[in-house]
Amino acid sequence: MTKPNIINFVVTIILALILSQFLPWWSVMVAGFVSALFFSLKKSAVFFVPFFAILLFWVVYAFMVSSGNDFTLAKKISVLLYLGGNPYLLILVTGVVGGLAAGVSALLGKQLSILGGR
Amino acid sequence: MKYIKLITTLVLTLVVFYCLNTKLGSIPPIGKFLDPVSGVWQNDTNEVIDGNVTIKGLSAPVTIHYDEHLIPHVFAQNDADLYKAQGYITAKHRLWQMEFQTHAAAGRLSEIVGENAIDYDRRERRRGMAYGAEKALEKMKDDPEAIAFLEAYRDGVNAYIESLDTKSIPVEYKLLDYKPEPWTIKKTALLLMYMTKMLAGGDDDLEYTNILRKFGQERFDLLFPEFFDVNDPVIPKETDWSFIDTEKTKTPRSELPLDTIRETIEKPHPDNGSNNWAVSGAKSATGNPILANDPHLSLNIPSIWFVMQLSTPNHKTMGATLPGALGVISGFNEHIAWGETNATRDVLDWYKIEFKDETRTQYKHDKQWKNTSVRVESIKVRGAQTVIDSVIYTHHGPVTYDHNFKSDNERAGYAMKWVGHIGGNNQRPFLALNKAKNYDDYVDALKTYTAPAQNFVFASTEGDIALWIQGLFPNKWEGQGKFLMDGSNPDHDWQSFIPQAFNAHVKNPERGFVSSANQHPVDESYPFYVFNDGYETYRNRVINSFFSSKKQFSVDDFKALHNNNYNLKAAELLPHMYAHMEDSGLTPDEKKLLDQLKGWDFYNDIDKVGPSIWRAWWYALYPMIWDEFDSEDEALTSPFTYQAIYLLKNHPEDPFMDILDTPEKETANDLFLKSFKEAASYLTEWKAKHGDYNWGDFKGTYVGHLLQGLPAFSRFDLPIGGDANIVNATSKNHGPSWRMIVEMSSPPKALGIYPGGQSGNPGSTYYDNFIDDWAAGKYHELNFMQNDTATSDIISTQTLTPSTND
Repeated sequence: MTKPNIINFVVTIILALILSQFLPWWSVMVAGFVSALFFSLKKSAVFFVPFFAILLFWVVYAFMVSSGNDFTLAKKISVLLYLGGNPYLLILVTGVVGGLAAGVSALLGKQLSILGGR
Repeated sequence: MKYIKLITTLVLTLVVFYCLNTKLGSIPPIGKFLDPVSGVWQNDTNEVIDGNVTIKGLSAPVTIHYDEHLIPHVFAQNDADLYKAQGYITAKHRLWQMEFQTHAAAGRLSEIVGENAIDYDRRERRRGMAYGAEKALEKMKDDPEAIAFLEAYRDGVNAYIESLDTKSIPVEYKLLDYKPEPWTIKKTALLLMYMTKMLAGGDDDLEYTNILRKFGQERFDLLFPEFFDVNDPVIPKETDWSFIDTEKTKTPRSELPLDTIRETIEKPHPDNGSNNWAVSGAKSATGNPILANDPHLSLNIPSIWFVMQLSTPNHKTMGATLPGALGVISGFNEHIAWGETNATRDVLDWYKIEFKDETRTQYKHDKQWKNTSVRVESIKVRGAQTVIDSVIYTHHGPVTYDHNFKSDNERAGYAMKWVGHIGGNNQRPFLALNKAKNYDDYVDALKTYTAPAQNFVFASTEGDIALWIQGLFPNKWEGQGKFLMDGSNPDHDWQSFIPQAFNAHVKNPERGFVSSANQHPVDESYPFYVFNDGYETYRNRVINSFFSSKKQFSVDDFKALHNNNYNLKAAELLPHMYAHMEDSGLTPDEKKLLDQLKGWDFYNDIDKVGPSIWRAWWYALYPMIWDEFDSEDEALTSPFTYQAIYLLKNHPEDPFMDILDTPEKETANDLFLKSFKEAASYLTEWKAKHGDYNWGDFKGTYVGHLLQGLPAFSRFDLPIGGDANIVNATSKNHGPSWRMIVEMSSPPKALGIYPGGQSGNPGSTYYDNFIDDWAAGKYHELNFMQNDTATSDIISTQTLTPSTND
């Protein structure tokens, strides 16, 4: 991983963590967008760095919340969403959903930063 | 190029945002839902049941001790604080359910689930559910103290709702993506209507009208007799009614409108019913009366019941509460215990309305044109336009069926007359029961209770046992309300009500026990008109013969009776079928099956195959007898099980036994063979698909989540025996929703259990933790705390404190 990639990755997570305290779920989209504006990346990294950053953030957060309760609800939600009752699969899906949202908004941030001449 | 890319990514971002933030079909808004910071993950936790919570408007601190079953023991300094705390605590564990059930009662489900619920909502509006709730509130306004308690409860619920944020709202709100609205006292009235509909909202008058027209009076009477040939009524036969000095209404000379009715509204579950009984001290092994109750309702989770202890310095009561209503509904206090079964009386009738013209502003009654009124029902629909339905009202009640609803005549309709529309303060009797100290208090408490009529069983530490059949009952003329009536004829109106003191009741009967199981309330000697509109005929006889079988009974006997799987219905028909079926027509495999069945002892235990074979046989046989009732052009209902069996045994050559579609003329005995063969092939198919058909698997009892039985939140394949018409009345998704046994020592000792758990949160270990013990026929000791000092049985204590700036 290159240095800008690492910076973007870390900044995205920190932003998401802070913003999530007072914004709804789409705080991760803001985080992806903002870090793309200021820490511009190249090619597929534009999408994948914030994608994995938020995936990691949501996976860890979900695991921490749910593991303390033996995944009682996670197992049921996994049935509800046709994931066969597997809580880990639900955690992964959660990460992918968050990552997708952040990655896509980062693409927008990147385009805006290009426009701004950075 | 730059701009194209920018616009593309902007659109892409917006689309992704929209898709993850919006409920699409049955899929929740997936980004919002799965967000670990405030989505569904935040509900993956047990409830917080300690610490201090500040609540506006309390006059003193309220202590809530939770025992190991998450049963809250509430200790307040006065009634208003008590009911405020009850509202708060109930909402804390059951908010979504409270709101959902009252939305269902009000016909507002479309607001939550969208277009699929429009038909349901229209039906509830046309049933006049909200109208009935408004009438009830009008009556309650005469009781300012009750209103003050309802408001205290409301404020408690709302204090909880206000404490919620995006993170902490219950799972179902996140799943369906909506938010709770404030609780109101009308919602409590709606919940009571919900119970009234469930327990006193059934009738077959329109179906009976079709049958009467089609088959004639004599045949109707054979199929639907007012009394079966056996009758073991709630109030013992030897009761002397000479104290009743009011006469039955005289039957007018008049004609009934014999219309053809194509379609009727959905009825409550036919098995809604219950058992209760009590033995006197003399009949009890310990010398203390013992009482039991088990209401049979649809098996839902969150359960319809929530167990609580409610205490002030002046009274302590414990038992099953209904989330949304105040006080304990089936329970006990330091002095008495009480429980309910459904009285199943005909308190819902239909009148044919003749409108003057198509404007429907006037209808004929008593040789005049009288004005109608209109209630405009606007049904908000999520994601679609509001549906407006104008329901016409007459003095009888709402004209449920008209050319806008299940009918096509623009100048006629059918109006519903229902005790549920009369209004009544049906909250007060329970609050009074909670505080009652003896038989007289119990009788006083019940006096004003109107609906749904219940058989209220009673036992006291003083040694009395009793049972009052209480409700508001019209004093009907012979035959009144069995069929569609003439809405223009004032003689067809309900003329008066049975004076409350003349409601059937029994106190300390000689036989030493009282019991009820939704059977006929009385025998022919009761001076008022009561006809059989679906009375149970099996559980009562098993219960009563059990209590006649020996001298004394213990709590263990009570448990055994709750869990009694004896199938009297099968025991009364099978030997007859064995004797009369021409079994030479059976294949070797079928013969083997029959032999298997013959070895059955008539107990519906989970490991037996007999109950499954019997069930398959009966399910094949019953519709074969009543193929005459299979019609798409008119609404019909086939006769009750007891009468069907009576006819099979006593009128085997009755024309009804014939199968219309075959050239031969079948008799009952032919049907036995035909239906057995059908059952055998059904069982073979079942076995190929699901494996062995032992009763537990074959029946497949489940407890379904309130929201359309969402499988993820439901519990399936519960190993429990019994069936409908058996004392352990557990069928597939219906059965004992609360089992309670109370011994009237001082203080009383009680056992209780229900198929669910105290928490409404599927993420809590307390969500369904009673289910396995319930299925196994076990009970939990109810810890009736005598003071608010926490004992070792208390796992946690929470204090509700008044806010200082009140």
